[in-house]
Amino acid sequence: MQTLEQIKARLEAGVPGAQIQIVPNAGPANQPSLLIDAGHALPAARLLRDDAEYRFDYASNVTGVDWPAKVTKEKIKIKRVVAGLEKEVEETVEKNSPAYLEAVYHLYSMARKEGPLVLRLRTENRADKVTLPSLTPIWRSCEFQEREVFDLFGIVFEGHPDLRRILMWDGFVDHPMRKDYVAPTQEVAA
Amino acid sequence: MISAEIHNDTSALAEFEPASLDHDVLEVAMGPHHPSTHGVFRMDLVLDGETVVKLKPVFGYLHRNHEKIAEQNGYLAAIPYTDRLDYICSMTNNWAYVLTVEKLAGITVPERAEYIRVIVGELTRLFNHVCLAGFLLQDMGALGTPLMYAFREREKILDLFEALSGSRMMCNYLRFGGCRCDFPEGWIARAGEVVSNFSAFLDEFEALLTDNEILQARAQGVGVLPAALAINAGVTGPSLRASGVDYDLRKVDKYGIYARFEFRVPLGKNGDVFDRYMVRILEARESLKILEAALAAIPEGPILDPKTKLRGLRPKAGEAYGRIEAPKGELGFYLISDGGPKPYRFRVRPPSLINLTILEDLCLGHTVADVVVILGSIDIVLGEVDR
Repeated sequence: MQTLEQIKARLEAGVPGAQIQIVPNAGPANQPSLLIDAGHALPAARLLRDDAEYRFDYASNVTGVDWPAKVTKEKIKIKRVVAGLEKEVEETVEKNSPAYLEAVYHLYSMARKEGPLVLRLRTENRADKVTLPSLTPIWRSCEFQEREVFDLFGIVFEGHPDLRRILMWDGFVDHPMRKDYVAPTQEVAA
Repeated sequence: MISAEIHNDTSALAEFEPASLDHDVLEVAMGPHHPSTHGVFRMDLVLDGETVVKLKPVFGYLHRNHEKIAEQNGYLAAIPYTDRLDYICSMTNNWAYVLTVEKLAGITVPERAEYIRVIVGELTRLFNHVCLAGFLLQDMGALGTPLMYAFREREKILDLFEALSGSRMMCNYLRFGGCRCDFPEGWIARAGEVVSNFSAFLDEFEALLTDNEILQARAQGVGVLPAALAINAGVTGPSLRASGVDYDLRKVDKYGIYARFEFRVPLGKNGDVFDRYMVRILEARESLKILEAALAAIPEGPILDPKTKLRGLRPKAGEAYGRIEAPKGELGFYLISDGGPKPYRFRVRPPSLINLTILEDLCLGHTVADVVVILGSIDIVLGEVDR
């Protein structure tokens, strides 16, 4: 399989305007992924499936990940003039990481026996802008899995042929796999 | 709503007008408590006479949010929960999960443990496939006999599992870095006996079934799955290979020590119910070859890497996707660690659910009786579909 850098370059050439980032994976598994902007995900996915060099004909796993806003504190050393002398001072800086939902696709090629290629799509936030393009028109294996991500995480897949809840019942209102979901039993205990 | 759509298209009804027979489509909820659905699963069917014109599967009756439970517990605590996904094949569920944790945390597995995994994994495949054949025949109306023959053989393997792990079905046996305990005394000899007798049982089973006229009439040409659709819809396991696609993760990924064993990957040609039945019987025969080789070659040694931290494992921040060839298809786990003692994200890729994507395509134009057989040939377990 080509390296992620090569695939990224090919996608940027094949899909004009696509913004693609490589998301590193520090763990021993060494499965870094490609982050593609939602607007160009569909043509990029089509290229990955149809290009003779890739032939990612099989979308194995589709899932969601919830990343709520997180405040991380970092200590930074700053040079500052204190009482006329330049000194190095340690300061704590608060960083706000943005909140978003993520859809992760694990692609394999049955024709070339290669993979996995990990694709990530991110929503703008977790509240009102949670739309992503559905990749079900490219790979039908996404049909039930995207329904599940919609059901449990609340990502709305545009262009999905049949976007309904799949595991929870129709009248259910929340999305249980989100990190801030409180189960009814937990409420009672608190 | 569904039936209204069909009513509006009156062109098909026009020819029935003179006889003024009541020509109506019928909506039927098949399940959730229907013996042929193998659990609590519902199909909403729209029928024209006996012919299926629309089918929508309905899931969730057994949903307990396995993934959320696992995200609230440590890595070790998830192992017994994985037993209950595909509750027929707990050993392979364990395997897929521990394999992914090993990838995530960079854990190595001792030689003997790798052999033990192959042995228990292939034994699982063996009884899963013969039980499927038994259930399929049960669905066709051969009440009792084939299924009980299959269960009789399965019981011998479950006895082995009980001696090994203390439990027949919920084995909770594999651990990241190896297995929970070594074989009890005489286990390998007992297993060898079961394996060497199994081939004769398969012969008997096949003599009873494969050439049977009723099985052939009910299975050949029914529920044909074209290879291109199977790939695009993510169908894996024997159902994919019955359509002629050579994709077996034991050969493709060569996880564990599968590269050391010689076995063939049986492929179907027509992709119908009969091929799906036949591929499983042939796969069971290949599993016997692997088992014989593994039981003969298993080395002495430790079964768990002593450096492995089972309790309170904290993998480095990162993520991993691991997958194995479970009896029902590609069983995958996707884990994200944030460096803490619990997985930040725990995802199961359930082959049973994804293999159902094509259920409607297979059933359209067939009769209700064929729906039962087609569903039976896909091989699902609802514990895994609904999670």
